[in-house]
Amino acid sequence: MDATSTLLTGAGYWNPLAWLLGLLAAIIIAWLIYSMGEKGYKPGTAQAEPFISGNKEPEKGMVHVRAGNLYWGYLEALRGYYDRLVPLHSGNLHDYILWYLGITALFLVLVVIIS
Amino acid sequence: MIPAFIVENSPALMVIVPLVAAFLSPFIGRISSMVRSIWVGGAMAVTSTIALILALDVYSAGTRLYVFGASAASAAVPPDSGGIPIRIIFEIDQMSALMLVITAISGFAIILYSLSSERSHTGLESFYTLYLLMITGILGMVSTGDIFNFFVFLEILSLASAGLIAYRVDGGVAVEAALKYFVLSTIGALAILVAIGIYYGQYNALNMAMIAARMQFSVLDQVALVLIIAALAMKCGAVPMHFWTPDAYSMAPSSITALLVVASQASLYGLFRTVFTLYNVTLNAATVGWLIIILGVLSMVVGVTMAIPQKNVKRLMAYHAVSQTGYMLLGVGVGLAVLGNQSLLDAFGYMAMEGGIFHIINHAMYKGLLFLTAGAIFLRVGTYNLNRMGGLGHSMKWTMVFFVIGALAIAGIPPFNGFASKLMIYESVFVFNPLLAVIAMVVSILTLASFVKVFHSIFMGPALPEYSGVREAPMPMLVGMGILAVVVILFGLFPGIVVESLITPAAHALVDQGAYIGAVLGGA
Amino acid sequence: MFWNLPLVAVVALVIIALAIIVFKKNLIKVFLGIVILESAVNLFLITLGYREGGIAPIYTNAPPASMVLPTPQALTLTSIVIGVATSALLLSFAIIIWKKYGSIDIDRIRRLKE
Repeated sequence: MDATSTLLTGAGYWNPLAWLLGLLAAIIIAWLIYSMGEKGYKPGTAQAEPFISGNKEPEKGMVHVRAGNLYWGYLEALRGYYDRLVPLHSGNLHDYILWYLGITALFLVLVVIIS
Repeated sequence: MIPAFIVENSPALMVIVPLVAAFLSPFIGRISSMVRSIWVGGAMAVTSTIALILALDVYSAGTRLYVFGASAASAAVPPDSGGIPIRIIFEIDQMSALMLVITAISGFAIILYSLSSERSHTGLESFYTLYLLMITGILGMVSTGDIFNFFVFLEILSLASAGLIAYRVDGGVAVEAALKYFVLSTIGALAILVAIGIYYGQYNALNMAMIAARMQFSVLDQVALVLIIAALAMKCGAVPMHFWTPDAYSMAPSSITALLVVASQASLYGLFRTVFTLYNVTLNAATVGWLIIILGVLSMVVGVTMAIPQKNVKRLMAYHAVSQTGYMLLGVGVGLAVLGNQSLLDAFGYMAMEGGIFHIINHAMYKGLLFLTAGAIFLRVGTYNLNRMGGLGHSMKWTMVFFVIGALAIAGIPPFNGFASKLMIYESVFVFNPLLAVIAMVVSILTLASFVKVFHSIFMGPALPEYSGVREAPMPMLVGMGILAVVVILFGLFPGIVVESLITPAAHALVDQGAYIGAVLGGA
Repeated sequence: MFWNLPLVAVVALVIIALAIIVFKKNLIKVFLGIVILESAVNLFLITLGYREGGIAPIYTNAPPASMVLPTPQALTLTSIVIGVATSALLLSFAIIIWKKYGSIDIDRIRRLKE
């Protein structure tokens, strides 16, 4: 590919245009496989209903998984971490100022005294 | 083609135009809101054009010096001043020019957006005044060569930003956010002023090139260095001094949040300028470099992990802004840690710095884009709460497309621009310390996970009955977002030429202290 | 020692100001702390500009000796102006918060958190 796109990264190179060509090829292959699939789908019949068991479709607002329910397991697994981290964001201006002053003091110690 | 007068005086014009336009806009706004829109939009367009002309000139012809109050740039050091450049100097090298490009593109896209998004609000007389003052502050900060001048522009920027964060009072909550931001930034700015006093007391100079030339890294210089690093790291939102960022970013009007991202990067620029230009090899590169790397890693990890449980979309994006700032600190910090060791610098130091600097411009584009899409959604839906959104992909298709572009770019998915800069950071940091690269990649994955959540909960799902009347965002807002999206895609598709023509000169200009000093004092 | 007295005053003022900023709960008092901090920094700048036996840089009727470079005074003036703007903005924030929250106690101004 042309040199305007290639990015040398020291250890290798990255060319988005070549990558896009590869992506295009992958999409074409996927489409070919897809087009070989079953063609018996008939819209407007019972085939289009969400539940084969014949249960009624719930209301639209009930189907959508809301943001608060996503990643519940992740948050639960890292609970110990979040229980410590979140309370630091206390909303108290004094804490924020103290963090800033504390970091300044720490840097003073590290840069001026130790090194 | 371009009048020589404009090219010659572009550093001054680029600050004067928004400044004058800012203070005239309340008067002109009295005629009609249409005239005001044309006035501020035109002023911003002119400012962006001048800044781009200047940046182009710097990239083609090298560092530009503009001496206020002198007839020519060669008069930087007046003959009767004892060899000290006493005048205020703007010194624009390639790094400054890169920041000018960022500000010009974002500033123009954002004003197009806000002309539409703010139209139905009251109190616009001073909104655009403050907006243009912010632009003045950013442009001044990134182009000045005088450290006290830097402080002045920093304060202009802080005052204007605080005013704008509090602009929609919102039951006082926005004012609370502005209060936290402003108290912290005032204390930080005073720390910087103390550092400036220390420099002046030691070296009798305020000019950055002069201070750099005389720099001895005495104990006082170390104190000054720490004061400046801590204050500017706080202003760009590095963990653990990031607490004001989510507050301020989430409560400011969306257009302003996008500009606050650029503003925080101007602080980042100040940090890099201080470390590389004022001190360069005199400082203890390993210690300070590692401090910046640790700040960067903390920012990346804490930022992204705090973002995942957020319910407010802008707060979530604000934590991501903290996280992405970490990448820039990491990349440039690695470059700093090996400063003075030419072979390591050539092996991966420059590449890490280029990655970090490339990430600055990429971040300004995609994060600005994301905040603008959040604003468009808020305009139509009236809430930032992710739990109450859903199914908007049916009605806001263009906004969704822009959001996807921004989200994929921030998560570092090819072929968008975030991937290119992150790849540069990963590969070079891996040589320096593999653990850091692994952390950076994990953070990237978490970023993607978090944006999958946002994308799903805003756009996916069935069209919800409560949002049946929602329409697409108005055209000027889409144009504003479109400009940024096009930049994101172009930078992603042609990273080679962008890095070669914009980023590499900037990184080398940042490292090359001698050239910066030589431009003012001559010889070097 | 006497020569360093202004610098001692600067350090004392900075410590007092930071103590006020960190320990006082009342927003107005915190702002006063910030103003004191500003004054301390201004005093620091002015102290740097002091030259023993220096001549003020006023050209009318000046003796022909060399004059003091007025840069620190210029810096201080700028800094004072910025300080005024800062105080005005902070106080206006306090007014709005007092109106909307009914309190200017820092512990109670924390609707934005986590």
